Amino acid sequence: MSGHSNYVPKTAIERWLDVRLPIVRLAYDSAIDYPTPKNLNYWWTFGGILAFCLVTQILTGVVLAMHYVPNADLAFNSVEHIMRDVNYGWLIRYIHANGASMFFLAVYIHIARGLYYGSYKAPREVLWLLGCVIYLLMMATAFMGYVLPWGQMSYYGAVVITSLFGAIPYVGNAITTWLWGGFAVGNDTLNRFFSLHYLLPFMIAGVVGLHVWALHVPGNNNPTGVNVKSKADTVPFHPYYTVKDGFAIIVFMILFAYFVFYAPNALAHSENYIPANPLATPAKIVPEWYFLPFYAMLRAVPNKLLGVLTMFGAIALLFAVPWLDTSKVRSLRYRPAMRWFFFAFILVTLTLGWCGSKEPNDVVIRLGTAPNGDPTGINVTLFSQPLAVFYYAYFLVVLPLLGLTEKTLTPPETISTPVLSRGSVAMPVGAPAQAEKRG
Amino acid sequence: MSIAYKAPQKAQVAGLGSMFRVKTAAVVAAVAALALGPAVASATETLPLKDVHWSFEGPFGKFDQASLQRGYKVYAEICSACHSMNLLSYRNLAQKDGPFYNPKYPNPNDSPYAKAIAADIKVPDIDPDTGDPTTRPAIPADHFKNPWANEAAARASNGGALPPDLSVITKAREGGPAYVYSLITGYIDPPPGLTVPDGKYYNPYFPGNLASAWSGPINKVPPGGLIGMPFQLYPDRVTFDDGTKATTEQEAHDVVAFLTWASDPKQTERKQMGFAVMIYLLIFAVLVYLSYRRIWRNIDH
Repeated sequence: MSGHSNYVPKTAIERWLDVRLPIVRLAYDSAIDYPTPKNLNYWWTFGGILAFCLVTQILTGVVLAMHYVPNADLAFNSVEHIMRDVNYGWLIRYIHANGASMFFLAVYIHIARGLYYGSYKAPREVLWLLGCVIYLLMMATAFMGYVLPWGQMSYYGAVVITSLFGAIPYVGNAITTWLWGGFAVGNDTLNRFFSLHYLLPFMIAGVVGLHVWALHVPGNNNPTGVNVKSKADTVPFHPYYTVKDGFAIIVFMILFAYFVFYAPNALAHSENYIPANPLATPAKIVPEWYFLPFYAMLRAVPNKLLGVLTMFGAIALLFAVPWLDTSKVRSLRYRPAMRWFFFAFILVTLTLGWCGSKEPNDVVIRLGTAPNGDPTGINVTLFSQPLAVFYYAYFLVVLPLLGLTEKTLTPPETISTPVLSRGSVAMPVGAPAQAEKRG
Repeated sequence: MSIAYKAPQKAQVAGLGSMFRVKTAAVVAAVAALALGPAVASATETLPLKDVHWSFEGPFGKFDQASLQRGYKVYAEICSACHSMNLLSYRNLAQKDGPFYNPKYPNPNDSPYAKAIAADIKVPDIDPDTGDPTTRPAIPADHFKNPWANEAAARASNGGALPPDLSVITKAREGGPAYVYSLITGYIDPPPGLTVPDGKYYNPYFPGNLASAWSGPINKVPPGGLIGMPFQLYPDRVTFDDGTKATTEQEAHDVVAFLTWASDPKQTERKQMGFAVMIYLLIFAVLVYLSYRRIWRNIDH
């Protein structure tokens, strides 16, 4: 997609096509010949894993849509009909339902990898921004997809999330009514959510195209964060990374298959197998695990509007990361102080997720006992407040200030240097030669 | 809610943590364990679920057909008086892995078992000549007969409570089969000091909050809640055709096996396919890993 193309059309039809629509050239340049740093570790395989997840979700989703009925009276039973009467419907639906969780697992690792190795830094800001857009679209898609089975948690999840927009001053209620298509979550809400749930994945696929384009212009970052200096630093994408990504995808599929075949409902809520009933609010409304840290931040703030802003702000911060980080060094490998903050950030986010799964009044640290025997002390709401502050401080304080004051280690001159200095120098480059031979 | 209600979610979050980053997972688990220990709300507690062994547990678990048949009998003779199973048809009883499956009849609609079971049941229909409501013997394609004409009728006959549909009951309750088993076998006399209104029954496994019905010491509120269904599974309330002794535990065990099958009838097929998929993926992973090592053998990276 960028730079010099090494594609040589070999057959008559390729030559004919190449001067009219160079699509084979595009595929060759971006998926075969594309020069890739040779030191990418397994954290880099999650891009390919995510592509696999997206394709899986779209394929299974298209089949599910053939059997699903987006009607408040029929939706729940149509999902069970898929599970019981459609040939391998149980398999397709469990892949799709667990696929959402797998997708988020992979995207969180992918984002964490980008944060750790500084993959958002110049000249990859647009690449990072497009990734943030994909993540936003994913969250919207997943939320609306979770509503479709029209179980209790679907319904009340939709009520809670759409009501958040009601916190916006002046226009909040109008927006909520507009989202609902009425004055409560109901059949109209379900219909529009189904329509959008079918639309958004294709928008994701479009932005993924831009994401890959924006990747192939500057090329991959790598664990050292050092720019590619020469051909000796890279290998062609195929077969070196097709095989490595392929291996990682298969390992990921084993985890995926474990959930689909042996624990298909482990990541879901049993409450969602009860048909939606607007008159019976469940005792506990909990979002899916991948939204829990943000849910905890929402509840950590006593004011509704401020809570909503805190929650959406936590995601909005990601967009600003390229301009918040002031460090000259990309990779945290060479930023020892920052590395500790990064691990603390991961830990804080996971703990916030745990807080999101608890009731606000559950006691985390017990300090005493109420007369009725209940524990008293620091509850989940109180406990999650300093965590939310840390989450924000990581982006707004640590990233800008530490980059100016920290002592960094010296990154190697080139990608190949740390490899060579390891001592086991053997035949530095067999790679490009081989690739040319293969043609 | 209860301890039993919460425990799986802690495990779930910690489990995701370990996938995400092994290093931090240990710390998270430690934090979670430290945090969760005292996180108890005594007024809404239920007893820990009974530990039961099921033939369908584990990656190689299968339904025990004899147990499913007995379980269907318990449902048909006891539960079906109040509980519908709207998602099931009589043909389902004779499908693969079902209670009355027979390999001679791969199409469950042809099964004489399904036909005979259905024929004993009268389902509502419309007389095609007069248009009047009528009844006719069911066929395998008919859904299980609903004991109630509508929700209002069900509530009117049950003191205001609605007997839940049992089609997906073990998927729809935290704890699944163990919860249903514990609930239907777990009735005990209400402790002195607990006011149980007419038409309600004390069950220590039923989620609820008994603080307002309790006149004893405020820190000794009994676990569980008040349920609209009285104890049902008296010994010998059904006679099993295979001579199995119909104790309360046996009746409960069999009916829960049946309900688990009804909630997830493709479970056996799923696990069998899963085993084949796992073998395939493991071999595939090894082959691709070896290819990876071979392709990269001359690259120092």
